[in-house]
Amino acid sequence: MKATIIERIEDKLYQNRYLVDTGRPHIAVRPHLSPSPNLLALTQICPAKCYELNEIGQVAIVSDGCLECGTCRVLCEASGDIEWNYPRGGFGVLFKFG
Amino acid sequence: MTKSKFDAIVIGAGMSGNAAAYSMASRGLKVLQLERGEHPGSKNVQGAILYANMLGAIIPNFRDDAPLERHLVEQRFWLMDDSSHTGVHYRSDDFNELKPNRYTIIRAQFDKWFSSKVREAGGTVLCETTATKLARDQSGRVIGVYTDREGGVILADVVVLAEGVNGLLGTRAGLRDMPKPEHVALAVKEMHFLPEEVIAERFGLTDGEGCVIEAGGTISRGMAGLGFLYTNKESISVGIGCLVSGLAANMENPYRLLDAFKQHPSIRPLLAGSEIKEYAAHLIPEGGFKAIPQLFGNGWVVVGDAAQLNNAVHREGSNLAMTSGLMAGEAIFQIKSRGGLMTKRNLSLYKGMLDKSFVMQDLMKHKDLPSLLHTDSHNFFMTYPTLISQAAQNFVRVDGAPKINGEKATAAAFINARSRWGLISDAVRSAVSWR
Repeated sequence: MKATIIERIEDKLYQNRYLVDTGRPHIAVRPHLSPSPNLLALTQICPAKCYELNEIGQVAIVSDGCLECGTCRVLCEASGDIEWNYPRGGFGVLFKFG
Repeated sequence: MTKSKFDAIVIGAGMSGNAAAYSMASRGLKVLQLERGEHPGSKNVQGAILYANMLGAIIPNFRDDAPLERHLVEQRFWLMDDSSHTGVHYRSDDFNELKPNRYTIIRAQFDKWFSSKVREAGGTVLCETTATKLARDQSGRVIGVYTDREGGVILADVVVLAEGVNGLLGTRAGLRDMPKPEHVALAVKEMHFLPEEVIAERFGLTDGEGCVIEAGGTISRGMAGLGFLYTNKESISVGIGCLVSGLAANMENPYRLLDAFKQHPSIRPLLAGSEIKEYAAHLIPEGGFKAIPQLFGNGWVVVGDAAQLNNAVHREGSNLAMTSGLMAGEAIFQIKSRGGLMTKRNLSLYKGMLDKSFVMQDLMKHKDLPSLLHTDSHNFFMTYPTLISQAAQNFVRVDGAPKINGEKATAAAFINARSRWGLISDAVRSAVSWR
């Protein structure tokens, strides 16, 4: 059996530089009773793990660690599941290497 | 912000935006470039390989001061299953030429340099400024942009949308569709730092030489995807990308895919002891020729990733981006210098130039491949890599059994997995889409 070390996403994001626009999140999840399949998929495929299921089975977002890739926008903006914008100029992730 | 009108506004300071801004500013046009990052490059992510010819067409003496990492002398293509890789390696001393053909780069540094050339040429580069909306007149013609800074609309004869794969302006204005989940790959990437001499030793490199590995197979768990490992001077870029549609359908987690790729017995020793300093994610346009949107209209053109100009088969993107930016800039300059207006009709000159270039010809050549890989991904990324690994092991392992047994086992495994008809069909469809 091969050894598998599962690295925590929090540890990965910790290496990055961010300038968080406090109080002005750039992505919002539309209020819903139960999440659509695409919205549910974001809890798995978001590369920064911004989306999580809360205790009442709804998808919630904390966009502080967002890498601004746009995956959630491609999957969920057209249906209205989320509202997507870039952070204000200068804010958000600041890649040292890119 | 000055109230005067610009000849052109360029949205974004990536490869295509810098190429467009530089080509216009260096010809004397009044150019404003908007970049939402704190400096050009701070929002940009790429593998990254730079193709010298296309940059050389814009800045011939770039080697004098551009931040380049290693020039590539070796390329490895690996087909992987869970415990092995079957590889094709190409290495040539011919790549140790006076003006090397390909380099690895680090985009945050490279884009800063490229942008400095735009400024030297007389372009105005405004950072930390997010363009929020296109301004249009009553006829729908694009006449400028709004930003998140105070001061209202900024006017220009033409707006060059170099806003990247996830560009908001063009899609929100209805100039092009938002990319579909099956037309974009999500790539995640880490920067692993190691001493320069350790990298050289592990990959068999001497001064300044570089090596890249591109790997497909069970690492993408049956989804259309590719892993990569690029040597920089004192770091290794390692990442993996899969179609967003595949990730969503399989509920796969991209950083777990990356961690598994890093743990693969063929990759792990190459990264051993490294220090990770960044984790990034980015979409890659993979729709090919059929996903290219309308490229020009009244008062606007779109270039680079925003226009889906990416050759997924050859893993070329930045060179298509630079070339499209250069051609957009040249077309705008030509129209301007003969006193023409930036109408849809006149700007079709840009599309005409692009059609004649390698950009459209290459994308046209592979127009059926993206859909083939998408619809048949399990076979191409799971079944075949496993079969090929077994075949190689049957060939190599010496166990006292007659060789004919191994060959029969190999043939039987292929037919079992795909059937004779399936094998022929896969081969024909692959060949047809490659042509």
